[in-house]
Amino acid sequence: MNSFSSNQHGVGLQVRGLRKSFDGQEVLCGLDFDVQPGEIFVIMGPSGSGKTVLLKHLIGLEEPDAGEILIEGQPILSPEVMSKFRMAMVFQSGALLNSLTVGENVGLYLTEHRLGSPEEIARIVTEKLEVVGLKGAEEKIPSELSGGMKKRVAIARALVIDPQLILYDEPTSELDPLSAVVIAEEIVHLKDRIGVTSLVVSHDRDLAFGVADRIAVINQGRILTIGTPDEVKRHPDPLVREFLHADFKRHASPLEQRKIEYEKHH
Amino acid sequence: MFQNIGEMVLLFWRTLVALPLTWRQRAKVFDQLFEIGPASLLMVCILSFFIGGVMALQTGPLLVERGLGNYVGGVVGFSIAKELAPVMMAILIAGRIGSAMAAEIGSMRVYQEIDALRTMNINPIHYLVLPRLVAIAIALPMLVTFAILVGWVGGAVVASANDRIAVSFEAFFSGLRDTVALKDVANGVFKSFVFSLIIGVVSCHQGLITRGGPRGIGRSVTKAVVNSIVLIVIFDYLLTRVLLK
Repeated sequence: MNSFSSNQHGVGLQVRGLRKSFDGQEVLCGLDFDVQPGEIFVIMGPSGSGKTVLLKHLIGLEEPDAGEILIEGQPILSPEVMSKFRMAMVFQSGALLNSLTVGENVGLYLTEHRLGSPEEIARIVTEKLEVVGLKGAEEKIPSELSGGMKKRVAIARALVIDPQLILYDEPTSELDPLSAVVIAEEIVHLKDRIGVTSLVVSHDRDLAFGVADRIAVINQGRILTIGTPDEVKRHPDPLVREFLHADFKRHASPLEQRKIEYEKHH
Repeated sequence: MFQNIGEMVLLFWRTLVALPLTWRQRAKVFDQLFEIGPASLLMVCILSFFIGGVMALQTGPLLVERGLGNYVGGVVGFSIAKELAPVMMAILIAGRIGSAMAAEIGSMRVYQEIDALRTMNINPIHYLVLPRLVAIAIALPMLVTFAILVGWVGGAVVASANDRIAVSFEAFFSGLRDTVALKDVANGVFKSFVFSLIIGVVSCHQGLITRGGPRGIGRSVTKAVVNSIVLIVIFDYLLTRVLLK
């Protein structure tokens, strides 16, 4: 990661037989899947299905008990690969450094790795903040921002690396529907604009079917299905159908039922 | 416990190896120095002044009754320089700064800020631990030097003002000069340097291994302070034993 020159090509990711246990409890039970360069791949599943643990393996924050993760065919855990390919992660909470301003957060990678003069870094920060619609927010501190703004700053911080692969952890959780739409548009816009490979972990069905090129549904550390949004929608597995079609319906109270019956008869 | 000790030794070693990067992190070192120094100075003054005063009050009448009034300055000055100032200031800083370090790094750990640093290829030891350890290793010996001087003044004020002691300023400092050598002050300052490393390593380590939410942060802060104080007292004995030779 020695320069921040523009890169127009995303990288492919391969996961082979990935297993991980915590205190004897198996969280990932041999996952196998490929993410194609430049695609938006969404991993869906209920809470506690192992999505975030998988994501931490993909960015190198956790080491698997077995199996391997390859980027363009090379194991991710080797230091050369980590420095050869540019990967960024947008955390669920944004994970902005609270002691720094928005501008310092976005430019942190460049500042710490000395990849430009202060003026050049400031220019790049302004440019990336503009991309996510937060122009002029450089001097704000993270605690002044709403949840949606924090996530957009986190995306701007990821963009500074000029990534070939972006991992999103629950990008629309805790957001109102309008902010969720902005984030979803951002994910698609980035793919179209810089061809970055995006791997999104989410249990938000609207987001998944709205942005995904392909979707994997995961439950209890196992992949139930992988396919295009249409293929996944039509999948016959009862667990997949239950997850995709779960809906809340309020049962009518006895008084409301009598009212409905009365209206039917009259 | 042994795992924690091993991890702390490893953290200390990794920070030592990263020392050549200190210049790059100088802005953060200065930030930390300002965090530790000016914020602690008033407390250090008050604490050391009264420690000096109490020492004079406890030892003065006993020595004066036995006709050893000339030694009040020596006894007070010697015990402050070699023992009381380094240990008491280290305990004060462990409570004040060690707790803040553990809380800040602990909350960064809990709220995934440290994970975010790692995904940006930024080493948390270089970014967080190194500046804090360097700053506390500079600040504590300076504070202790200051505390020794203020403690002596406190002792002298009480010795001259208290009727049962009634040793003048001049007599107090004359006795002090006869008894306390520069080497004794250097011993005390050296001890405080070792204590500063203990506080820095223990507190940063506790912060980095924080688990859970706010309760986990609270637990880390408590452990950082308690473990630092226990290690300070143990190392105080060991250093005193070694430095006696």
